[in-house]
Amino acid sequence: MLEIKNLTKKFGNKTIINSLSIKIPTGQILAIVGPSGAGKTTLLRCIIGLENVDSGEFFWNGHQFDPTNSDPKNSIVGAVFQNYQLFPNLTVMENIILAPVKVKGVATKLAKDEAQKMLDQLDLSGKENLYPYQLSGGQQQRVAIVRALAMNPKILCYDEPTSALDPDLRKEVAKLILNLKKDAVTQIVITHDMEFAENVADEILKVTPIK
Amino acid sequence: MLNYIQQILPALLGGTKVTLSIFAITLIIAIPLGILLGVTLTSKFKPIKWLLNTYILIMRGTPLLLQLIFIFYGLPLLGIVFSRYNAALIAFILNYAAYFSEIFRGGFQSIPKGQIESAKLLRLSKWQTLRYVLAPQVFKIVLPSVGNETINLIKDSSLVYVIGIGDLLRAGNVATARDVTLLPLILVGIIYLILTAITTYILKAIEKRTNVWR
Ligand SMILES: Nc1ncnc2c1ncn2[C@@H]1O[C@H](COP(=O)(O)OP(=O)(O)OP(=O)(O)O)[C@@H](O)[C@H]1O
Ligand SMILES: [Mg+2]
Repeated sequence: MLEIKNLTKKFGNKTIINSLSIKIPTGQILAIVGPSGAGKTTLLRCIIGLENVDSGEFFWNGHQFDPTNSDPKNSIVGAVFQNYQLFPNLTVMENIILAPVKVKGVATKLAKDEAQKMLDQLDLSGKENLYPYQLSGGQQQRVAIVRALAMNPKILCYDEPTSALDPDLRKEVAKLILNLKKDAVTQIVITHDMEFAENVADEILKVTPIK
Repeated sequence: MLNYIQQILPALLGGTKVTLSIFAITLIIAIPLGILLGVTLTSKFKPIKWLLNTYILIMRGTPLLLQLIFIFYGLPLLGIVFSRYNAALIAFILNYAAYFSEIFRGGFQSIPKGQIESAKLLRLSKWQTLRYVLAPQVFKIVLPSVGNETINLIKDSSLVYVIGIGDLLRAGNVATARDVTLLPLILVGIIYLILTAITTYILKAIEKRTNVWR
């Protein structure tokens, strides 16, 4: 279970998140919705450790952790950014196995086999040696998901995963998220799409801008 | 005429050697120096940035010829004396490192921040991020500008003429003055053309290899 206690985040003297507490049981999906500027992305960036928090504590299964700690042993969270941020100079396969091989020391052959399995599942067979610019937006997104999953995160976060997708692909992403749920991956999804949120989420968190 | 060419060619090739040595040594030192200064320019430490920007302003805002003369003829007045060859190297390295540092600063700054954040989330170390993510992208971005400067350097190296170094241009000019014929100068031009053509070819080949991704 992921538990966040009394998270507060300010930019300068502007409070974006005020003493927010969240609990997500393992394998559940939390959708975060709210108007533009409400602080959804900021909240996500705090959870994945890209922003320092002003106060707040994070626990995974009762053990406190620091999301900003970059120790590889501490890789509890993974994320898929809004614009995917695949490395343009690396092929699909290289993007996926870079971190497992260089950070975790997984043998290249093994990392490739694992990656191939996930690529096949996500309908990306045959794309291994293409560069990101040769993929469609939806394909890039799935590669970004595989890349994050290759590090075996306990929690996977998405910032507006459907904003750039057509309705068919939106359904695909929903299916993918629900499939990962079966593998007990805890997931946090920011979205503007209420229908999507209701389809996938176990719980919906509504955030509002703080006056 | 062929006889005459054969006769002066050794002198011209000797000059070419000097030109190439200044070219190569300048590149080998100025490019790494430029990378280092370029990265420093992207940091947030104000005093060093201010110092570097002043240095770049002077190097880019005054003629290289003036800098060359200043170092070889000017500094001895302050008791600082360099040999001709060293004075030339110092002037070229300082000048070109300034241009390179601006190019590399731009290269590093044009990489989206999200790339670095992605790498951080994947728990890549700073060094791994530089090695596998940033360096290849910066390399591709700066290649055309670095290539331009490299070609310029071949031609700029002829400026060492004014401090009396026996480079390619001087070798040709000496022969022209002595034998009262245009031929040596034409040969000098042809040799410069060959040097820039070879460099251009190599740069194009490298560029082609980075074109497999975008
Ligand atoms: N680095 C920053 N420095 C200062 N203020 C920031 C920074 N990042 C975000 N903010 C402010 O924090 C508030 C919340 O921004 P955030 O991006 O989290 O909103 P959001 O809910 O994700 O909006 P959207 O739905 O448009 O993506 C905004 O008012 C924004 O101006
Ligand atoms: Mg946002």
